[in-house]
Amino acid sequence: MIRVAEAPRKLAWRIGEVVESSPDTPRTKSLFLEVPGWEGHRAGQHVDVRLTAEDGYQAQRSYSIASAPEAGRVELLVERLDDGEVSPYLTDELRAGDGLELRGPIGGWFAWETREGGPLLLVAGGSGIAPLMAMIRHRKAAGNDTPTRLLFSSRSYEEIIFREKLEQLAAGDETLQIIHTLTRSRPEGWTGYARRIDEQILNEVAFSPEERPLAFVCGPTPLVETVATALVGLGHEPTRVKTERFGPTGG
Amino acid sequence: MDEQRLDGNAAAGVLAEIFTFEVTTARAACAHCGATGEVGAQMAYVTEIGTVVRCAACDNPLIRVVRQDEGPERYWLDLKGVEYLQLRERM
Repeated sequence: MIRVAEAPRKLAWRIGEVVESSPDTPRTKSLFLEVPGWEGHRAGQHVDVRLTAEDGYQAQRSYSIASAPEAGRVELLVERLDDGEVSPYLTDELRAGDGLELRGPIGGWFAWETREGGPLLLVAGGSGIAPLMAMIRHRKAAGNDTPTRLLFSSRSYEEIIFREKLEQLAAGDETLQIIHTLTRSRPEGWTGYARRIDEQILNEVAFSPEERPLAFVCGPTPLVETVATALVGLGHEPTRVKTERFGPTGG
Repeated sequence: MDEQRLDGNAAAGVLAEIFTFEVTTARAACAHCGATGEVGAQMAYVTEIGTVVRCAACDNPLIRVVRQDEGPERYWLDLKGVEYLQLRERM
């Protein structure tokens, strides 16, 4: 039998079906999509989403995939930006059963698979948790025990995205540690970090440079740049620090 | 629209429209300063008009892509800022 290699396919737009839309925090929602013919993704990859108005005007945004490659549905985390062109539609208008035009998975660089090892240092600001959540879920689904630390900066306790899901993932897993910092307000009795991530926090939380952690940093541009600079300043190898900046706008 | 300074990974979509290989994990050598690194580790500037990937070390434009959507789709790809691109099949 002759086997013919499949020709490379150009990255194509297609329609995913929203099967569930569920709020997570006051400003974020998870969209669960069934995408016909989805080839699977690597943890950390994103999709492009495109909206087309009746007059033909199009707006396109990138959203990281928050689900593990092992999950059947594609989960996108959407943060509602009040003056955004795309996110208010995704969080307020889109319903289960609706179609959503997207393409992907995209981007092989900010991606992690269990075989790449660790230790794994994940640093997130706000909705920057999405691609890192995919990595944590992938690690769990694969039964992998790479030592992993997540340092997660949120404005308040109520705004910690995936808070309960992260607690469940960390429960009973001694190799996964989750460290929160809350930058604006804290619940009474909060004993965790209470400021923006700085070099001192990283010095306390990050693995030592000798352990050669693989670092993935995702969030708003100032956070990403502060963290990447501080990690290199602490002696971590620049090539093992991977960053994904959200732009100043987007939405 | 404001220009956004992002990671090379942000150019992955438009580059995947052109290349069959994954470009963000390709190694690029800067034709200006000689620095080499993965495209994803460089800086990307994304606007409605097009995408520019610049060398993280010296800011030299490595890759410029402009797409024309009206009429038949057309691309302009300017690679004169890279000495070479080393593309690899995904393992």
